[in-house]
Parts: sequence; structure tokens; C-alpha cells
Amino acid sequence: MIRIIDLHKSFGPKEVLRGVSLTIEKGETMVVIGQSGSGKSVLIKHLIGLLKPDSGEIYIDDVEITRLDDDELMRVTRKFGLLFQGAALFDSMTVAENVRFGLERYTRSSEEETRKRVAESLALVGLNDADCLMPFELSGGMKKRVGLARAIAYRPEIMLYDEPSTGIDPIRADAINDLINKLKIDLGITSVVITHDMVSSYKIADRIAMLYNGEIIEVGTPEETRNSRSPFIQQFIHGQADGPIKDW
Amino acid sequence: MASLSPNALLLSAFEQLGAVGWLFFKTLKNLFRRPREHQILLQQLEEIGVRSMPVVSLTAAFGGLVFGFQTYTGFHRYIGPGSEAFAGPIITLGLAKELIPILVGLMISGRVGSSMAAEIGTMKITEQIDALHSLGANPIRYLVVPRTLAAFFMLPCLVLYGDIIGILCGYFYNVVLMGVNRVMYVQNTLMYLEIWDVATGLIKSCVFGVVIAIVGCWQGMETEGGAEGVGRATTRTVVISSISILILNFFISKLLPSTLKGG
Ligand SMILES: Nc1ncnc2c1ncn2[C@@H]1O[C@H](COP(=O)(O)OP(=O)(O)OP(=O)(O)O)[C@@H](O)[C@H]1O
Ligand SMILES: [Mg+2]
Repeated sequence: MIRIIDLHKSFGPKEVLRGVSLTIEKGETMVVIGQSGSGKSVLIKHLIGLLKPDSGEIYIDDVEITRLDDDELMRVTRKFGLLFQGAALFDSMTVAENVRFGLERYTRSSEEETRKRVAESLALVGLNDADCLMPFELSGGMKKRVGLARAIAYRPEIMLYDEPSTGIDPIRADAINDLINKLKIDLGITSVVITHDMVSSYKIADRIAMLYNGEIIEVGTPEETRNSRSPFIQQFIHGQADGPIKDW
Repeated sequence: MASLSPNALLLSAFEQLGAVGWLFFKTLKNLFRRPREHQILLQQLEEIGVRSMPVVSLTAAFGGLVFGFQTYTGFHRYIGPGSEAFAGPIITLGLAKELIPILVGLMISGRVGSSMAAEIGTMKITEQIDALHSLGANPIRYLVVPRTLAAFFMLPCLVLYGDIIGILCGYFYNVVLMGVNRVMYVQNTLMYLEIWDVATGLIKSCVFGVVIAIVGCWQGMETEGGAEGVGRATTRTVVISSISILILNFFISKLLPSTLKGG
């Protein structure tokens, strides 16, 4: 379970998070929506300790993680798989080396198991023959999928997806939605998914949270979100330029 | 930067010193922690050591030649013809103690320090450092420790290698080109030179190695704002580490005894 309590974060004078509170249950898929630049990526990076908040607390299975030192934090990051918005592949390593990176550090698998796991993870994202390619040889969407394979390879308990379907064709994107659902059902993975894509949201979400103006303004099931009376949410999910949200 | 007041400048200088000191401290703390990144260490040993040999060869050769040339001129002009054989110990001393360590330090900070900053800086702005974190690799242990160790071990090797080339070139200029008496030149050199003279140069170069690696990694880790930021980081790395090397060189030279033969 993830509990975020009154999280604040500023970069210089710019207040990005102004008191975010959100609880994500075990095994649940939480979709976070919000405008570009609203701080979704910043929020997700706090969960895994890449950013430290100015104030506020984050509990991961009842461990408060915002004040842990590097080595203690490492035990927490083991639970997480993070798909970066920009994939963040290691550009000096092949696809296979990228995928096995976390496996080698987080598990004690034999060489044979590791190989098998790498192949399996790449197959799950539909990249069977890419092992030996270097990241610069991949298309944007392929990079994203390698990033996903790398994050799921060591079977984390919690997956954080930063815009999994952005830059990927609609068919592939739907396959990734299926993968997110499959990981949840087969392995009981807790997921936090950032996306702009409302169709995907409805398909994968148990609950949807909207981040606006540095706060979570509403959390609800897809049904509740669709029928929300908040004009902010209605404007966002219907993608209208006209409405209470002006600063876009 | 230009618009900062002197006070703010001083403050930011201390801040930076603090940041680099903190990185150095964390590097020491992680020096013997597991997992050790042997493969990266080997890669870096090769990158810093083997691949720097051409540059060091050239620098040391021409350093030795020009120093041999001017020392010869000095003796020839002020003491008189026939005294040039005494140039031997001076050339050797100057090269082993100061010239080669400084030249090698500066060359390596340009060649290796800048590329460390560029590589790590690019990793930083493309979130690869964050990815290391998220995949269970501590960036200090994975990036900084192997680079620092490799530079610490390789700089003295390069300096020793440069000493040999430089001294041979000094000899070549004087004995082979200018016809200085070979036996006298060698005898004088062996009589006045101590192992300690070479050792001081090597000790200094260990320090230079650590400076180069830590400054390069620090600037890389601090990189912000795209390709321009990476460019800035590499330039600053070369400037900061070169100046630090020159300043430290003077103070270490003053601190270390100039001879061990009690004089
Ligand atoms: N390291 C940083 N330094 C300074 N400002 C930052 C930093 N990281 C993020 N920001 C700022 O924080 C705000 C939120 O950024 P974030 O990347 O979280 O947006 P986002 O909601 O993920 O947007 P998008 O949907 O476009 O990815 C932005 O205005 C950005 O300028
Ligand atoms: Mg984002």
C-alpha cells in the first residue's frame, strides 16, 4: 500500500506540489491524470525516492521513505518498477543488457534464469528479436517498450508507469493496456499509471485521480470520474479548451 | 553569474566546495561497499590508462626535448661550454618532480575529466542516473567509485611512463644532438638523482587523478539543462581541475621534503 500525505515540492519559486494526499491500495491500479506540467512525473519520482519532498510523508507498506539514506532506500526501490516517460535506457548498453540490469542487482538468479527472464520480458512487450540492438537503433516507441521490459523483468510489487502509451501506435498501446491488466491479475501488482489517454484510463483503472494546481482534486472509479460534477474534470476528460482551466 | 555580488560569489564558491567535498566523502564511504563494479573498473583502467598513452607519449617527449634544450642553453651560456653535462640531473629532477606530473595531469584532465563530465552529464539529463537508482545501482558506487579508483591507479603509471620518455628525450637532445659527453651526463644524473624525486611526482599524480575524477563526476552529476548544460559541465571540469592541479601541485611540492637524504 502507498500512502502519500500532504506532499509539498517546489523548484525554486515554482510550487509544483502543494499538498498532495493519496492512498493507493495493494493490487489496485491508480491512474493519475492532469495537465502537462501539472507535476505528475514529479509526484511519481517522489514515490521511489528520486526526489525528496520539501514537506510531507510517503509510506510504502508502512515504511516512511522520504528520510531514508541511500542503502535503506535501495531496499524500497526493489519493490518498484519504474517506466520513465523518456524510457531512460542506458545508451551504452544493448537492449538485453538494459533489461538484465535490474535483474542482476535485485535478484540472485543464475545466468540461465536471467537469460530466460530477459527473453520472457522482451516477449511480453513484443520485442522478440531486439536483444542485440543498441538504444540508438530503436524507434521511440520501441525504446519505451524496452523500458517497460526492463522495469517488469525483476517482478516488482509496484509498477509506476509514466505515460506508457505516449509515442506508441494505438494497437501497441492497447496491447500495453492488456499487459498492465495481465500483470495486475497474474501477479497482483499494484500500479500507478500516468496517462493523458482517457480511453486507456477507463480500460485499466480501478480508480482515477486528477492532479490540478498541485493537489489531487478528485479520486474516483472510472464511472464516478465520467459522471463527475467537477467542471475541471469534465473539461479535462472531454479535452475542451473552453472551461474553468485557463492556464494551458 | 556575472551579475552576482562579491558576497554571493564567495558564498557560491563555498557551496561548491562543500558539494565537491560531500561527493568525495560519499565516494570514500562507498569505496569498499558491495557490489563492486569490477567490469566498469576494468573499462575505466583501460580508458584512462591505455588510451591515454599516445597523448602522454607526445607530451612527455616534447616536454623532455624543450626542457633539455633550454637547460643546455642555460649551462652553455652562463657557466660555459663543457658544463652542459651538469644539465643531466637538473633535467631529470625537473621532469620527474614537476614537469611530467603537471603536463600529464593537465592532459588527462582535458582528455579524461571532460569526457567523464560529458558522459555522466548526458546520463543525468536523459534520466539514466535516475534509472540507475530505480534499478538498484547506487550511482556513486556504479559511476564515481570505479572512475576515481582507476584515475588514482593510472595517473602514477602514466607519469612513470612519461618520466621515462621525457628523460630519454632530454638525454637524446643533449647527448645525441648536441654532443654532450655521454658518460658525464649519465654519471651526474645518477649521482644526484634520488628515487624520492621520482616518487614525489608519483605521489602528486595520485592526488591529481582523484581530483580529475571527482571534479569530472561532480560536474557531470550536477549537469542541468540539455546539451548546453553538458557543454558547460565539460568546460568547467577542465578549468576547475586544471587550476586545482596547478595550485595543489605547488602546495604538495612545498609540503613534501625535497630529499630523503637528510639535507
Ligand atoms: N528538476 C526540475 N527542476 C526544475 N523544475 C522542474 C524539475 N522537474 C520538473 N520541474 C517542473 O515541475 C513541473 C511539473 O513537471 P512534471 O514533469 O511533473 O510534469 P508532468 O505533469 O509530468 O507533465 P507531462 O504530462 O508533460 O509529462 C513543470 O512545470 C516543470 O517545469
Ligand atoms: Mg511527465
